[in-house]
Amino acid sequence: MTAANAQQRDQGTPPRTAEQTELHPHLNRAHVRFINLGKTYDGSVHALQGIDLAIQRGEVFGIIGRSGAGKSSLIRTINRLEQPSSGRVLIDQVDIGEFDEDRLVALRRRIGMIFQHFNLMSAKTVWQNVELPLKVAGVPKLQREQKVRELLELVGLKDKHKAYPAQLSGGQKQRVGIARSLVHDPEILLCDEATSALDPETTQSILGLLREINQRLGLTIVLITHEMAVIREICDRVVVLEHGRIVEQGPVWQVFGDPQHAVSKTLLAPLQHGLPEELQSRLQATPASADAALVLRLQFTGSATDEPDLAALFGALGGRVRLLQGGVERIQGHALGQLLLAVNGSPHEAETLRSRAGNWAQHVEVLGYVV
Amino acid sequence: MWFDRLVQGAIDTLLMVGVSSLIALLVGIPLAVFLVTSDKGGIYQAPALNRVLGAFVNLFRSIPFLILMVALIPFTRLIVGTTYGVWAAVVPLTIAATPFFARIAEVSLREVDHGLIEAAQAMGCRRRHIIWHVLLPEALPGIVGGFTITLVTMINSSAMAGAIGAGGLGDIAYRYGYQRFDTQIMLTVIVLLVVLVAVIQLGGDRLARGLNKR
Repeated sequence: MTAANAQQRDQGTPPRTAEQTELHPHLNRAHVRFINLGKTYDGSVHALQGIDLAIQRGEVFGIIGRSGAGKSSLIRTINRLEQPSSGRVLIDQVDIGEFDEDRLVALRRRIGMIFQHFNLMSAKTVWQNVELPLKVAGVPKLQREQKVRELLELVGLKDKHKAYPAQLSGGQKQRVGIARSLVHDPEILLCDEATSALDPETTQSILGLLREINQRLGLTIVLITHEMAVIREICDRVVVLEHGRIVEQGPVWQVFGDPQHAVSKTLLAPLQHGLPEELQSRLQATPASADAALVLRLQFTGSATDEPDLAALFGALGGRVRLLQGGVERIQGHALGQLLLAVNGSPHEAETLRSRAGNWAQHVEVLGYVV
Repeated sequence: MWFDRLVQGAIDTLLMVGVSSLIALLVGIPLAVFLVTSDKGGIYQAPALNRVLGAFVNLFRSIPFLILMVALIPFTRLIVGTTYGVWAAVVPLTIAATPFFARIAEVSLREVDHGLIEAAQAMGCRRRHIIWHVLLPEALPGIVGGFTITLVTMINSSAMAGAIGAGGLGDIAYRYGYQRFDTQIMLTVIVLLVVLVAVIQLGGDRLARGLNKR
């Protein structure tokens, strides 16, 4: 999503935290809402417990968690491939729990879904795969042809319509899956680990396509993944699931900038720049000599939209400031990142340095000393 | 003279095998679909009925054809009015072939990835759509392969039926080869059967391969 879009959303409706969600008046306009949802298998295995969540119209909503956290079960309750054991799922304020087959079929045509393993019919060509949902809905041939052509064009597979899925690459298969999921002009698109079986480059192109669809068609996207990079790439908001419960939720920049729960931190670890090993081994708790440098870690959690003014920061610290490592990235218009600085020869004490640096960064940590 | 007899025998064999296998095909596929979809977790879940039908299929599958044929004589007489000739053989052959083929078709249907069924549900397919547009087309290569095996097995069984008066190549081989030690006719019948089986097997394999797009 674009920065302008993010800006608009920040001022707009999406609630930020769990408490705000509870109080938020816009809850009643939520596109998908889970109320105290639970799912139990075989009477004892709790796949989901006490899920309360509101997904707004037009947002890209991410659900992340380790395998077995309940992501799959949760996303499948939206089109009722999974029947909840307790609680309710509302779509546009309508409880879908008691839908009979007719209403369920109608609902599912309003909700597209794509899968990790694409789930294309191997005996059907690309064209026939995309056409199938229209065919079973009784759409006339002429209309079907027009729609299929339009969608194959959208996903960039116009010339592959005669191919069978086995002749396509993973990325192409997922594009067919996307085209198939969109033939009924759905308002919601569910993505079940849609990029987990793809290589990084293909993942990027598929995520780009999803983002384009989100903007052009304005549909709500709910995606589950175990890859934080996917969330960072396209999501507006994210929840972190662990053992079937929500442990953290918020705008992506917030969860990324300042993860609260241990699970979120673990999931984020691969994206963060840890301390270089070589530096780690040299780090000492107390200054070994007078010219030992103090190592500070400054973290920008994105709550301020300005990037750090390095000259001012270095000036405030005083002495000789060296940059050991650092990087700032932008998520939804917020600057997120960290700087590892080594300061020596400063007139200030460690504690003073820490509080001074605090004027530029949300979190400052004294890691130790290096010679 | 013996040439005419052989031609007649071949026609009788083809008729017995053809008719019984055709009925097995028409009854076996719905039966297989039912066995798969009514199972626990299937789209028409009915575990009790599934078990009953499964037990029935197993019962008929476990009776050796020679014994089944003899045991069915009263039933055959009831249906076709005689226990002699091609049409009398069709009854036990069909009853043997149907559960045999249904089980093979069932295996192919079960191998259809559950993800495909889920995808079909997610796109708004009704259950009958899932059977018609997903299960059957996806399992078709396997079903064709299974039907080939059924045809070959039925040629085998029809020869046995020939021994108790059904006619066909098996009858000729038995009467001339076994009872009169006419090695020439015996060998001719063997050659004919080998050719017949080879043609069916090759044709079936070809078709299955052509249908398999995986």
